[in-house]
Amino acid sequence: MRTVRMGAGAGYAGDRIEPAVELAEKGEIDYLVFECLAERTIALAQQARLRDPGAGYDPLLEARMRAVLEPCRRRGIRIVTNMGAANPGAAAERTRAVARDLGLAGLKVAAVTGDDVLDAVKAGEWRVEETGGAVRDLGNRIISANAYLGAGPIVRALAEGADVVITGRVGDPALFLAPLVHAFGWAMDDWDALGRGTLAGHLLECAGQVTGGYFADPGRKDVAGLARLGFPVGIVDEAGTVEITKVPGSGGAVTLATCKEQLLYEVHDPARYFQPDVVADFSAVRMEEAGPDRVRATGARGAPATGLLKVSVGIIDSYIGEGQISYAGPGAVARGRLALEIVRERLALTGVATRELRLDLIGVDALHGERLAAGREPYEVRARVAGRTDSLAEAVRIGNEVETLYTNGPAGGGGAWKSAREVVGVVSVLVPADLARPRVTILEA
Amino acid sequence: MKLSALAHSRTGDKGNTSNISVIAYDPADYPRLAAHVTAERVRAHFAGIVTGAVTRYELPALGALNFVLGGALGGGVTRSLALDAHGKGLSSALLDLEIPDDPVLPQGDARPPAPGGPAT
Repeated sequence: MRTVRMGAGAGYAGDRIEPAVELAEKGEIDYLVFECLAERTIALAQQARLRDPGAGYDPLLEARMRAVLEPCRRRGIRIVTNMGAANPGAAAERTRAVARDLGLAGLKVAAVTGDDVLDAVKAGEWRVEETGGAVRDLGNRIISANAYLGAGPIVRALAEGADVVITGRVGDPALFLAPLVHAFGWAMDDWDALGRGTLAGHLLECAGQVTGGYFADPGRKDVAGLARLGFPVGIVDEAGTVEITKVPGSGGAVTLATCKEQLLYEVHDPARYFQPDVVADFSAVRMEEAGPDRVRATGARGAPATGLLKVSVGIIDSYIGEGQISYAGPGAVARGRLALEIVRERLALTGVATRELRLDLIGVDALHGERLAAGREPYEVRARVAGRTDSLAEAVRIGNEVETLYTNGPAGGGGAWKSAREVVGVVSVLVPADLARPRVTILEA
Repeated sequence: MKLSALAHSRTGDKGNTSNISVIAYDPADYPRLAAHVTAERVRAHFAGIVTGAVTRYELPALGALNFVLGGALGGGVTRSLALDAHGKGLSSALLDLEIPDDPVLPQGDARPPAPGGPAT
């Protein structure tokens, strides 16, 4: 039976680059896929594009392309990525320039656009999924609206001979489903096939998270070689059976446990995993070891797509000011708590209006609150104050009040640090699929 | 015993919702997980952190449970004031859950051994 071998070259925008090169050189892969676009990343990228029309794509695009274009060309590996973010066209031009620089004449680079539905979302009557409120009420706070596209436009680009396909927002698993649809000629209403391809994509999309990353727990779940973690290779056959493995000799591990954790990562109802092309059903998936560092997954199914696309809407939300300072030795916790109370009082005294304020002792109760924290006295603590404000100027004053603890607060405070930042939030809207009009543009080096 | 003796776990995030998987190291322990790690217990364990509903999904073929916790991420990953805005550490907190040492036997099977009896 025919198979397609896909490598996952990145699981997020800032991911390591050498594992992708390792896949290109030693993974014996047909496709190298980079998933680099988190929920909020595209909103921030849209802001960058507003400041500079040539910007708005992944900051590591050029470094990644410089690292993998040549070995991929040499071995006939095609690249699929959402590194286009808010500007796939500019990302494709940049990639073509890198290809020319490397002497890769004739390399075809496709840009998939059409996920940007900002105008339609601003003009229409839509409901925010999280709050039930009207999108219209968000007014000028809206900075971006991008629909999760399906595999269709990527399949078109591959059919037109693209060596590199660069998209903006698409469903993450669709980056992997598209090469399978292209290679096997799966019909876009063969729901079970699309469900199986979505399973493969979901297992692969976070790269190192299926090969032993985000997994190690010394003594319970030991993983060797995390500093040189190998990224995954997914081998999918025409029937949609997927096997996950990695380059022999690379760090990490592919086991039933690593694969099961990734199967449920960011999944809600496993019987209804909503994607633009299909509603995938992972509820009856079975996994078995198929060799060393090799796991086979079967039993995924699919139901017809909903006809709706999820749109991520980026909004100017608020500002967050933050400050931290450390205390050590006997009485560290008491001095840390005193520090927090002083800052709370100072913010009130000096009239800093916070919509929300959080006072944490890192090392004691910062992550899960006082109730789950053990009653032991740690050697050192770090007091942390974070508050939400309506202006950057007010946010700055929160960190300032923590910093002044140096000369005004409890004994022995050290390592003060402060920050203030604008917060771009993301909400979701569901729109009819035909609101987005995907386009494919091909550039040749 | 702690849940960490029988199961491993991973947290994922979407908006203000967290999902936490609980996966038996040995699939034979799945019935114990299903019996003791209920949505109600998870909700109680995270009282003060989770403000919404807790839903449990069962995956016996994998020996796994999946918990979906609404209102668990301080208003949402993109705007939370929390140090761990993604709630990545919630999986470790859940593995701290106490569960009975005695294995649960399926309905209709022999009664569990008396406390202090021989290990089976």
